[in-house]
Amino acid sequence: MEWETVIGLEVHVQLATASKLFSGTSTRFGAEPNTQANVFDLALPGTLPVLNGKAVEMAVKFGLAVGAQINRKSVFDRKNYFYPDLPKGYQTSQLDHPTVGKGTLTITMEDGSTRTIGITRAHMEEDAGKSLHEEFPTDTGIDLNRAGTPLLEIVSEPELRNAKEAVAYLKKLHSLIVYLGISDGDMSQGSMRCDANVSVRPKGESKFGTRAEIKNINSFRFVEKAINIEVARQIDILEDGGKIVQETRLYDAVKNETRSMRSKEVANDYRYFPEPDLLPVVIDEAFIARIKATLPELPDIKSQRFQSQYGLSPYDANVLAADLHVAAYFEEVAAGCGDAKLSANWVMGDLQAYLNKAEIDISKSPIASTALANLVSRIVDNTISSKIAKAVFEAMLNGEGSADEIIAAKGLKQVTDTGAIEKVVDAVIAANPKQVEQYRAGGEKVFAFFVGQVMKESRGKANPVQVNEILLDKLTAK
Amino acid sequence: MLKQGIAAISSSLSKGEISSVEITQAYLDQISRHNNDLNAYITVTAEQALAQAATADKIRSAGNAGVFTGVPIAHKDIFCTTGVKTSCGSRMLDNFIAPYNATVVEKLLASGAVMLGKTNMDEFAMGSSNETSYYGPVKNPWNRSLVPGGSSGGSAAAVAGHLCPAATATDTGGSIRQPASFCGLTGIKPTYGRVSRWGMIAFASSLDQAGTLTHSAEDSAIMLNIMAGFDPKDSTSVDLPVPDYCATLNKPLAGLRIGIPRQHFAEGLKPEVETQIRAALHEFEKLGATIKEISLENNHYSVAAYYVIAPAEASANLARYDGVRFGYRCAKPVDLEDLYKRSRAEGFGAEVKRRIMVGTYALSAGYYDAYYIKAQKVRRLIKNDFERALNEVDVIMGPTSPHTAFPLGSKTKDPVAMYLEDIYTIAVNLAGLPGISIPAGLVNGLPIGLQIVGRDFDEAKLLNIAHMFQQATDWHKQTPGA
Repeated sequence: MEWETVIGLEVHVQLATASKLFSGTSTRFGAEPNTQANVFDLALPGTLPVLNGKAVEMAVKFGLAVGAQINRKSVFDRKNYFYPDLPKGYQTSQLDHPTVGKGTLTITMEDGSTRTIGITRAHMEEDAGKSLHEEFPTDTGIDLNRAGTPLLEIVSEPELRNAKEAVAYLKKLHSLIVYLGISDGDMSQGSMRCDANVSVRPKGESKFGTRAEIKNINSFRFVEKAINIEVARQIDILEDGGKIVQETRLYDAVKNETRSMRSKEVANDYRYFPEPDLLPVVIDEAFIARIKATLPELPDIKSQRFQSQYGLSPYDANVLAADLHVAAYFEEVAAGCGDAKLSANWVMGDLQAYLNKAEIDISKSPIASTALANLVSRIVDNTISSKIAKAVFEAMLNGEGSADEIIAAKGLKQVTDTGAIEKVVDAVIAANPKQVEQYRAGGEKVFAFFVGQVMKESRGKANPVQVNEILLDKLTAK
Repeated sequence: MLKQGIAAISSSLSKGEISSVEITQAYLDQISRHNNDLNAYITVTAEQALAQAATADKIRSAGNAGVFTGVPIAHKDIFCTTGVKTSCGSRMLDNFIAPYNATVVEKLLASGAVMLGKTNMDEFAMGSSNETSYYGPVKNPWNRSLVPGGSSGGSAAAVAGHLCPAATATDTGGSIRQPASFCGLTGIKPTYGRVSRWGMIAFASSLDQAGTLTHSAEDSAIMLNIMAGFDPKDSTSVDLPVPDYCATLNKPLAGLRIGIPRQHFAEGLKPEVETQIRAALHEFEKLGATIKEISLENNHYSVAAYYVIAPAEASANLARYDGVRFGYRCAKPVDLEDLYKRSRAEGFGAEVKRRIMVGTYALSAGYYDAYYIKAQKVRRLIKNDFERALNEVDVIMGPTSPHTAFPLGSKTKDPVAMYLEDIYTIAVNLAGLPGISIPAGLVNGLPIGLQIVGRDFDEAKLLNIAHMFQQATDWHKQTPGA
């Protein structure tokens, strides 16, 4: 039987506010345990929440960016359950009246095709603290620094049909939240966490199959692997005549498997009810207009502009526009050297290759955009060849100085003096009579040998275009 | 001097007839003589009180005194006080010392008031007789075999028994007004949102409101002038200007339209109480008011709706008492579940547990719509009844309680009988309106209270009406015999 996969994603994005959702405590990552927890975060008796207006602005900003309905009145609810890292015994979230309603996100696949995925809703909620098990052999430590950190939970419609689409959706979402400045998007610090609802059904069937929710998959790679392994598991069960149990499953990256969490967790009755300590969030037109005015140029629009303004291919434009920092870097290089296509090649090619290998974010690149612009400029003005430029780039990475400094210090300036090149060509022709004969007898492949020899003699500095012209001239002329 | 209220003490202080240290010491002496008997205080902060009094005297001699500078008061033990135990009447918080002051405490402290101590109360404010306290029942100063009312029974007994001239209190369903009625005091529950709830330990967040228990409407006005106002730390507090409640106390009542709800003069009301209430109403007619019967059609649903909404909110509000971070923790927990179960089983009393269970049930899947949502709809209807009535009349009056204080232990076995104690007061909390109870007579030597309910944020009018009544009568000056 042919099966169709149905995936819906719930993504928790940590909002980049300076303070928590309901208290003035800092949200900075990595502080000593419990140093960022005030009387409210500790849930001391008598303390009350005060909503962080910045979080609302960020939620609305996201909503506007995905063309979503912004609910004029949204309500916080208490989600009740006991857990040691949940100090109040309830999480304050939004159940029936989220701030952001239905919207859409367009994803682009590797083959360039696009799909528009529905966003069901996005709501604000507070994060829990952390239970620490490793440092305490017999006890559990509680760190409440993270408790109360604002999250935006973004829920997709069950419209994704395979793991690759899910990854494309997540990458797009990631790109968007960083563009909007509403999250640092740092997945290694949990700034974006994903739960996937996965089910399968016979192809052509309109009813959904029973789904499993895979919790807390925290990298693009794991999302793809977790979904694929879960889909395979479900198909195996169904093809053996079994039934899928609706449950929550954890992905184990080490064993590459999903496994059931205790059924108790699933059976929780959260007893939601409206949070009586907070008033409904009322959003007016003026507020929306104000947030709209702060929206940056978003990835899709930027990609369009890169194509029209710089003549880039849709693929290159998409790749460069997907990451806010890459896009900005590219534009700085292009502006500095005047050749956008060459800039795009260098940013997407040598620079990105190096950054990927060294696992460095472009915002921390050892070669600044102005420095790369300097290098590319020297190609544009024929000071060096592209080949020499690669050597200069390596030297720049080694900290040997700027492109200009390296070119000067190593004497890499391209020879464009026709007389000088002619001298070298004459010498090479004179030194290789056998090859000259071969060439003249129709062995055109030997031409490359001559080019190589001339470049070697000039230590790579001869302008390759001129070398070609002069060689051709001299070899064919008698 | 000890039978005086805030206004009189303030006046004596400003005339130099007495110092704050002297009056504070006098109350402390009174507390050591009678508190064993009345059990009105959980904690007495003698040393701190005398230090505050000495500071107040210095401020006064420097010429910087306000009306409250050096006047001693007591706080209900539901308000957090820096460095002083805040128990909320529960074993759960017997070891809890708050690291911060409630806004109410902070404001009174800043005004120069001296804190004598923290008063007894029903556990987590859940009770109408002050018998659910972990620290034992409070006795009514009028008759030690009777309850003082609850949940602010400690504050009421302390003021009525002259162990302090005035006290803070809180009211979720009648917890200020009913003890005021039983102890012969003036007790005001302001409009929901008028006084900050920051630092006031939550029972039912949408109903809880801080107020005062005093000897007179004038004293309530003085206190409320300090306590009322917007607090950025309480999102449900209302950002409206606070009028000077003292400025309008003497406004004549001519033309005042009083509504009396048929439902508050029906079955269940003791005839002797009704007689006294009708006499009080006649007094208002003499002051130029007109009286009209009104109807609060849904009043009979108020106790039922309240006992869904309040426990539902409480079930969540009290989830934080889990033995993990502060408060009571059971001995030697074997695992997390054991820690939760035994800490809460041992830390909470029976009434608190009953309400947590009722509230948890009311919010459960499958019951939420039938109970919680239904109760919220009833709440809206009750509010509508009041709004309609208050379009026709300026205030609503009636008995605060159907009877006088009842004997200790007489209702502890019957929770529903206890819940019905608040039959006239509870709807006011559901509607969020301001209400005041003032002494309106004696029945068999025991005080009874007249409840006056006003429109949203009409505290000034309630205090004005109460004050004018107290200028014309002396029921509020009656004090316990012994």
